[in-house]
Amino acid sequence: MTRFILGRLVKSVFILLAILILNFFLIHAAPGDPAAVMAGEAGAADEKFLADLRAQFGLDQPLYVQLWIYLKGAVQLDLGFSFRQQMPVADLIWNRLPATLLLTGAAFVLSLVLGVIAGVAASARQGTWGDTVISTLALLFYATPLFWVALMAVVVFSVWLGWLPGFGFETIGAGYTGFARALDIGRHLILPATTLGLFFMAIYTRMTRASMLEVSRLDFVKTARAKGLRHGVIQRRHVLRNALLPVITLAGLQAGQVFGGAVLTETVFAWPGIGRLMFEAINQRDYNVILGVFFVSAAMVLLFNLITDVIYVFVDPRIRLTE
Amino acid sequence: MKRQARNLMAALAMTIALPAMAQEPQAGGTLNVVIQPEPPGLMIGLIQNGPTQMVAGDIYESLLRYDTDLNPHPGLAKEWSVSEDGLTYTFKLHEGVKFHDGEEFTSEDVKFSIDVFLRETHPRLRTSLEHLESIETPDPYTVVFKLKNPFGPFLGLFEPGTAPMIPKHVYEGTDFANNPANNTPIGTGPFKFDKWEKGSYIHLVKNEDYYLEGKPYLDEIYYHVIPDAASRAVAYETGKVDVLPGGSVENFDVPRIKEMENTCITDKGWELFGPLAWMWVNNDNPPLDDPKVRQAIMHAIDREFARDALWNGLGKVATGPVSSSTRFYSDATPDISYDPEKAKALLEESSYDGETIRLLGLPYGETWQRWAEAVKQNLAEIGMDVEIVASDVAGWNQKVSDRDYDLAFTYLYQYGDPALGVARNYFSDNAEKGSPWNNVANYQNPEIDKMFDEAALMVSPEDREKAYAEIQDIIVSDAPNIWLLELGFPTISRCNIHDPVTTAIGVNDSFRDTWIEK
Repeated sequence: MTRFILGRLVKSVFILLAILILNFFLIHAAPGDPAAVMAGEAGAADEKFLADLRAQFGLDQPLYVQLWIYLKGAVQLDLGFSFRQQMPVADLIWNRLPATLLLTGAAFVLSLVLGVIAGVAASARQGTWGDTVISTLALLFYATPLFWVALMAVVVFSVWLGWLPGFGFETIGAGYTGFARALDIGRHLILPATTLGLFFMAIYTRMTRASMLEVSRLDFVKTARAKGLRHGVIQRRHVLRNALLPVITLAGLQAGQVFGGAVLTETVFAWPGIGRLMFEAINQRDYNVILGVFFVSAAMVLLFNLITDVIYVFVDPRIRLTE
Repeated sequence: MKRQARNLMAALAMTIALPAMAQEPQAGGTLNVVIQPEPPGLMIGLIQNGPTQMVAGDIYESLLRYDTDLNPHPGLAKEWSVSEDGLTYTFKLHEGVKFHDGEEFTSEDVKFSIDVFLRETHPRLRTSLEHLESIETPDPYTVVFKLKNPFGPFLGLFEPGTAPMIPKHVYEGTDFANNPANNTPIGTGPFKFDKWEKGSYIHLVKNEDYYLEGKPYLDEIYYHVIPDAASRAVAYETGKVDVLPGGSVENFDVPRIKEMENTCITDKGWELFGPLAWMWVNNDNPPLDDPKVRQAIMHAIDREFARDALWNGLGKVATGPVSSSTRFYSDATPDISYDPEKAKALLEESSYDGETIRLLGLPYGETWQRWAEAVKQNLAEIGMDVEIVASDVAGWNQKVSDRDYDLAFTYLYQYGDPALGVARNYFSDNAEKGSPWNNVANYQNPEIDKMFDEAALMVSPEDREKAYAEIQDIIVSDAPNIWLLELGFPTISRCNIHDPVTTAIGVNDSFRDTWIEK
């Protein structure tokens, strides 16, 4: 096990490096650069202004020198400086991380728990109206674009009913502390987390249901039934446990995205997270920020893939880790 | 009721600095304003984009303020005089003005700001400073500007976005761009920087030591960063914010919001900028090098439709390269109005032979995208084939700078004077590639170059008026670009917020005169 994990970690470093280099060239291939964008917003600029900015950002160096400087920093976990915000990229990401983790984490737990429960419930009632309702809802949420759900949620719950705040992380200027603040943030969290969670919830529901039905037709389930085990025990111990494998694979994928933030949801709900940071950085060609966010999310995807592989072993004793 | 409110706002906006109000302003309260996009920084001497100026306009001040007819009023300077020959400008400063860190503001700060800091960092002001000979400071409250030659627009330079007053004691001898003080901006303005929660809000608090007794009225201002246009509309509808500066919400949301209770709307506060929208025409690319083709396009565009359908009827149909709020605007230029029959006839005579024309839209939201589609349709009606090219902001900058376009939407500010905001787009030696704000069309007319040079240096406004009228006449006949609209950006706010807009730079000025009726 230890050897397996170490081996994977070593491989991950090389994959990360390759991702970084690829991203670097991809970003620089996009038209425009941060100096031009900043000058563009100012509505006026001369050669000196642009040259000053480019020199200040180090963009006057040849591309391979810039790449070398970036890689040298990245190896020492120094993600560089944001051209636009005049702050170290690591600080920027670190500042935005709690908000993103709260949102994506809440959406993750919500979708996984509710999705699996709904999937199990639907499979247990296969063919009944209960199953039809759950499956239809799952299909609906799966097919509806996220931004539309987000806007509708705001219109209904915030504008019409006035129950929940439509956007933002907390009530600005209210000066809440302690429990009151947590409650305030929680209220702000409900709409974005639900919006973000709905899509994955739909996937988990459909996958759990299909997987449960498939497994319950297998021979060992018949054996269990022949042994005279109670239905609930069969469902829980034999069917669900085997049916969860594809769900875990998918959860591993979603967990990797937890750190990457959610661009659409964060933008619509003005949630100050990493997804928005990255989206704005792309528009502004803030190279170091884009690379930094890509770097962190790539590292997290690799890490969660590894964790997923290890979890398989515990869930399904038939699986062995091989080097 | 609504109309009345609107007229009242308009009247208030006219009467800057005149306490003609029947109502006594009430002190106190919090103002919640939308800011979009999030500014890259607040040090206005280094960054001059819109959102930076909107916030920094509360923190920094300049020597003068301008009413909506562009007449100068006292700012940090309480009085000023200009010599007969137009070469010497003397400003008397207010006494007892303090920077937010408690240091006194004096003539030394004026000299440092203009002559050292901004000359180094501010491209737009730098161009005007070529006419400056020296700045003298005979005493702490007197500043004397000596010019090399008369320069007509000089008195129009002293607004906070062009000539902000920067504390010498903080910046002298430092690396301006990397001075840590840039994160905690220090000016003389009515509001002080308190906190910036990146991605969420910027908080300013009242400057208790402001030099005008009793002002500002507000206790604090929150600028809310809300990245999505629909969410910004919702923010106003749910009462989270009370002021939507021009351009914060999509135009198609404006009629709905306008109908809300206690909501006032004004398109004042853009006079100094005179934002003019037009299409660059790449004068190098055939068949657009043929003036007949350009004139055909000019008459093919239905500007009134664009204004009424896309801009809610706000703004004015453009008649040439100068906005009507800019000084020396002439309305006696050749007609460029919508006339598809004339356009067809012109196209018939021209060298156009069915080529596909690329139209680069402006990536600033839905309205501009629809406008590009409207233009495409207008041109199809006279028989031109147009292909719309999409891009993001950085890509747009690059394409326009490299002149990789046939037609390209843009809009630019004019800063109140054709010498500041118009000449730069038509000078032939201002046509090198690499900038999207110079003579991007590559319009070449030596006669115009000479006339622009002369008009800027004339002393008497009457002479300048005549010279610019002639210039506008010639440029419109040459039709280097397709002028579209003088844009009207509505500022929307609750009616119990009085005086959100009082000067020619609107919400980009400070909220020092703004007060909330309880």
